[in-house]
Order: sequence, then structure tokens, then C-alpha cells
Amino acid sequence: MSNKPLIVEIKNLSKSYRRGSQIITVLNGLSLDIDAGEFMALMGPSGSGKTTLLNLIAGIDKADSGSIRVGGIEITTLSETELARWRAHNVGFIFQFYNLIPVLSAYENVELPLLLSGLSKRERRAHVEVALRVVNLADRMEHYPGQLSGGQQQRVAIARAVVTDPAILVADEPTGDLDRQSAEEILELMEQLVHELGKTIIMVTHDPRAANKAHVIKHLDKGVLNAHPQTHF
Amino acid sequence: MHILKLIFKNSFRHKLRTFLTVLGVAIAILAFGLLRTVIDAWYAGVAASSASRLVARNAVSLVFPLPLSYKEKIRQIEGVKGVSYGTWFGGIYIDEKNFFANYAMEPKTYLAMFPEIITPPEQMAAFLRDRKGAVAGRKLVERFGWKIGDIITLKGTIFPGNWDFVLRGIYRGRDNTVDETAFFFHWHYLNEALKKAGRSWIDQVGWYLIEIKDPHIAADVSLRIDRTFKNSLAETLTETEKAFQLSFISMSEAIVVAIQLVSFVIIFIIMAVVANTMAMTARERIGEYAIFKTLGFSGMHISGLIFGESMCITMLGAALGIIFTFPAAGIFGKELSQFFPIFNVDRETIYMDIVAALIVASVAALFPAWRAVHIRIADGLRRIG
Repeated sequence: MSNKPLIVEIKNLSKSYRRGSQIITVLNGLSLDIDAGEFMALMGPSGSGKTTLLNLIAGIDKADSGSIRVGGIEITTLSETELARWRAHNVGFIFQFYNLIPVLSAYENVELPLLLSGLSKRERRAHVEVALRVVNLADRMEHYPGQLSGGQQQRVAIARAVVTDPAILVADEPTGDLDRQSAEEILELMEQLVHELGKTIIMVTHDPRAANKAHVIKHLDKGVLNAHPQTHF
Repeated sequence: MHILKLIFKNSFRHKLRTFLTVLGVAIAILAFGLLRTVIDAWYAGVAASSASRLVARNAVSLVFPLPLSYKEKIRQIEGVKGVSYGTWFGGIYIDEKNFFANYAMEPKTYLAMFPEIITPPEQMAAFLRDRKGAVAGRKLVERFGWKIGDIITLKGTIFPGNWDFVLRGIYRGRDNTVDETAFFFHWHYLNEALKKAGRSWIDQVGWYLIEIKDPHIAADVSLRIDRTFKNSLAETLTETEKAFQLSFISMSEAIVVAIQLVSFVIIFIIMAVVANTMAMTARERIGEYAIFKTLGFSGMHISGLIFGESMCITMLGAALGIIFTFPAAGIFGKELSQFFPIFNVDRETIYMDIVAALIVASVAALFPAWRAVHIRIADGLRRIG
């Protein structure tokens, strides 16, 4: 057993979707603990519930039953508004397709989450510059997403994810749209975030090479986690 | 980066669509403004009416005259400050399409009751000296290229024959609410000609114009005048100048209502066009709105983005529409000056344009905003990729 504090504690989590008259159970009584500062990969076949689990941990979907405590806060009981506020301060998101706003420059995309923080313009600039330096894109801050490569866009997305200094980063197939070299760079960057900044990363991936970068790999199949996670250090 | 900047940038993401929507709004606001100006032009005479002037006409109808002998009796009624009179002449200048209002009136007193009509003193004196003299409005003179001293021949319709007048004066309005297309001449010239020809309407007038001492006693004075001529051969109907003008408009009220209806239909149509643009925009950006929500932006923020974009596009179109309303109204007013002597874009019309644009922008954004706010983040994210 690890002696690190738990940052995510999930107990008896269930989630199902309605498709027409059919109810599809995605997660059924799932329990999971994640240590602070852990880099965890979630693997499994399509439809196994990986993204659903990630969304529930990140507070962008609602569970049918069960408990999710993140950083000591029971997020299943929070209202939509409270969840929005909680996400803004506690979770950073990295998506497969980067999801940058195309009409905003790299700088402005990274600045977006800070608009809710109440920081002054000067303070925001300082934070954004640091975040872009971390992802090694300080020289591209005035570029628009359309002027950047896929790898660079994903790095901007990572800068946006870390700019508010959240404890947890959730990444849904962060290398799924990248070539091998760019994917490698992104994974190294994520490792760096864990080792140097102490972030906890939960990453959904299909790619075993990406998963091998994680400290812990969990396999999810038909809503059930495998009993013996493969661990790499 | 400011949210306003994002709204502005979002507004121009689909340049062609935004351009067409802005153009549509601009044309709609222009059409709306012009139609409202037409309605205002219809009521221009009412707006320019003075509260201290009354009009007494034959109680049966305006087409029946009143005896000239009523003048002194009216003058003696309590509250009356001055009396004058006029008759609708209805003459045609060269061709019927050259229509303009022309009146025979008591030269010394009639125009004196209209301080808003300004004639240079030397021209007024020349007009008073010449029994065949006439005074015409500046716009009318410009329309036909007349000069002082020109002989103007009107073909009588109510009073047959060709009537020659010498242009002795050109009046201007004190402000842009005054009709500058009317033509006035001596009632005595008409009366003497009728006497010579032995026609009807001798020593008869179309209406009396009565100046009262205090606008607040208008109703009492009107009653006193009408009571004076009760049971006479020509009973009077006395009303304020405003009511007199409104009685003319009521004859064409159906047209005014139709124009009003069309003006609102235009706004309704453009509302549908902007709503369509916003619905397309919101549908395309539903994934982006999900990203915003993921980052912690609330429903209010998302609504603000959509309403802001709708406002930006609509108000830009409205601003262009308002700007172009002025030159368009100028051309319109010039071309239709015989029908609408006063054709000014009123400040209220601009306010109505702005209010209409605000309503269009708000209503158009309503459904897309509701949809964007209520979509689940997970569903929104699924639309990306």
C-alpha cells in the first residue's frame, strides 16, 4: 500500500445511460483510489466506460449512485454551479482534439480559465507566460491554433490545463491525434508535470506505449476494473 | 483578453454569413425606419399644429362653405384673439401630377397667425400690395424653379378657369416640421372673380382660423362659437387645429394601419433571419460551449457569449440601417414631396429602430442560449472530433 495521500476516492460508483427504451449500464459498483501525484492510465476496449469514469472524476458528468471524493470534497453532492466553480480551480483538462478556441491566440486560449479567477491582467499575463514556458511555447504565444502543429496545439492545451495550478489533470486520449514523435513529446511533458510539479494525471488511452509512461495502468472492461493493476516505476 | 473581444471575434468567424445577416438587418432597419417616417409624414400636420389655433368649418362637411359675415361675430366671442379665413382652391399647375396644396386666404391676418411661417418683410409687403400676388413655400419654389415676379397659372377645379398669380413671396419654415410646399393667395382676388362671373361661393369661406388667448380655454371657445351659430343656415363645427388635421388623416387610417403592420412584419422577418443565424452558430459551437463549461464557465457566461454575438451582429446591421435611413429618406422625401411635404426622420424613429434591433437580437439568441446552457458537457464534447 502506498503511503501517499489519496486524492481520489471512489466507492460503489454506478452510471448508466438510456438509449431509446434500453438502459445501458456503463459502470456498476466501481471503487477506485488514486494517490496524489500519481500518473494513472485507464485502458480498455471501446465502450468499457473509461471516458465516463474520467468525466465523473472531473465533475463533468453525474453519477447515478456511489461516492466520488476528490481532494476531500464529495463532488457528487455539488450543484452544477458549485461543480463549475470546483472544476475551474481543481481540474485541468487535456482532450484528444486539443479543443482550443480557433479565434483566440495561444496566449488567449491559455488565459481563458484565468478569466474566472479574479486575477488582474498583469497577474494573468504572468501565469500564462509561466504555463507557456513550461510547455516550451513561449515564443508562439501570439500564434493561433491554425498556425500550430498538432503537437504544439496539444502543448497549448496542456498549458491551459495547468495555468490555474489544479491538483488533477484529466486527459482523454491526449496522444490519439498525434504522430509518434509528437505523442512522445506530449507524454514526456506529462511525466514532467507529475515529477516536477506534483500533478496527479488520470489518462484514458488505447495506446499501450502511452500507457507504459504511466505509474499505474488500470484496465476497465464492461464497467469493472481489473483486480491487479500493472504497475511501472 | 476580454470576453467582449471573444464575442467580437466569434461574430466574424463566418464572414459571409455574418455579412449577409448584417446586410439583412441593415435593410430591414432601413425599411422599418422609412415606413415609420412615412407614418410620421402622414401625421406631420398634426405634429405642427398649434394649441392656440382653432378651426371652424361647416358642421355638415368641409365641402360646404361658411358665410363671410361670421367673421365679426366670431371676433366678439370671449377668448378669441384674432380671426382669419381661407378656402381650399384645389388648382392644378400645368398637370395633375404637379399636385400641391393651394389656398385662398385673408392676406393680412392668415399668415400672421402662423409664426412658424417666415416670409421676408419686403416680400410680404409686396404680396399684400398686389391683389394677384401669391406666397409659396421654399420647397415648392425649388421644385418648379420659380422666381419672384414669375406669373404662375393654376387651372381651377372647384373654381373653373385659368387663374394667374404673381409670385411675390417665398416663405421658409421656422423648423423642419413646417410644410414648405403650400401656395397662398388673396381670398379677395378669388371672391371678386367669382362675383364677376356670378358663381356660387361668393362671400363664402371654407373655414375660419381662430387664434385664442389661452390654449387651455380651447374647448370653451369652441363651444361658444358653435353655440353662436346653432340653428343657423350654416352651423359650425369648431375644433382645435390638431383635431382638424386628424379628421383628414382618419379618412386614410386604413393605409396608415397597413403601413404600420408592414413595418412590424419586416421586424418579425428579420428576427427569424437572425434567429436562424444564431441557431446555426450555436449548433456549430456546441462543442466549444461544452469546453467553456468544462473550464468552469457558467450557463450565464455561455448565454452572455451567445446574446453578445447576437447583439454584435444585429446592432452592427441596425447602425448601418440607421445611417443609411437619412440619405434614403432624403431621396424618398424629394421624390414624393407632393404627397409628403414634410419627410423628416424623427428622433423617435431612431429610438424605435434601436429598440426593434434590441428585441430582434434578444429573441434570436433566446433558443440557442437555452440549448447551449442545457446541453450536458459530456454530450457537447462528443460533438467534437
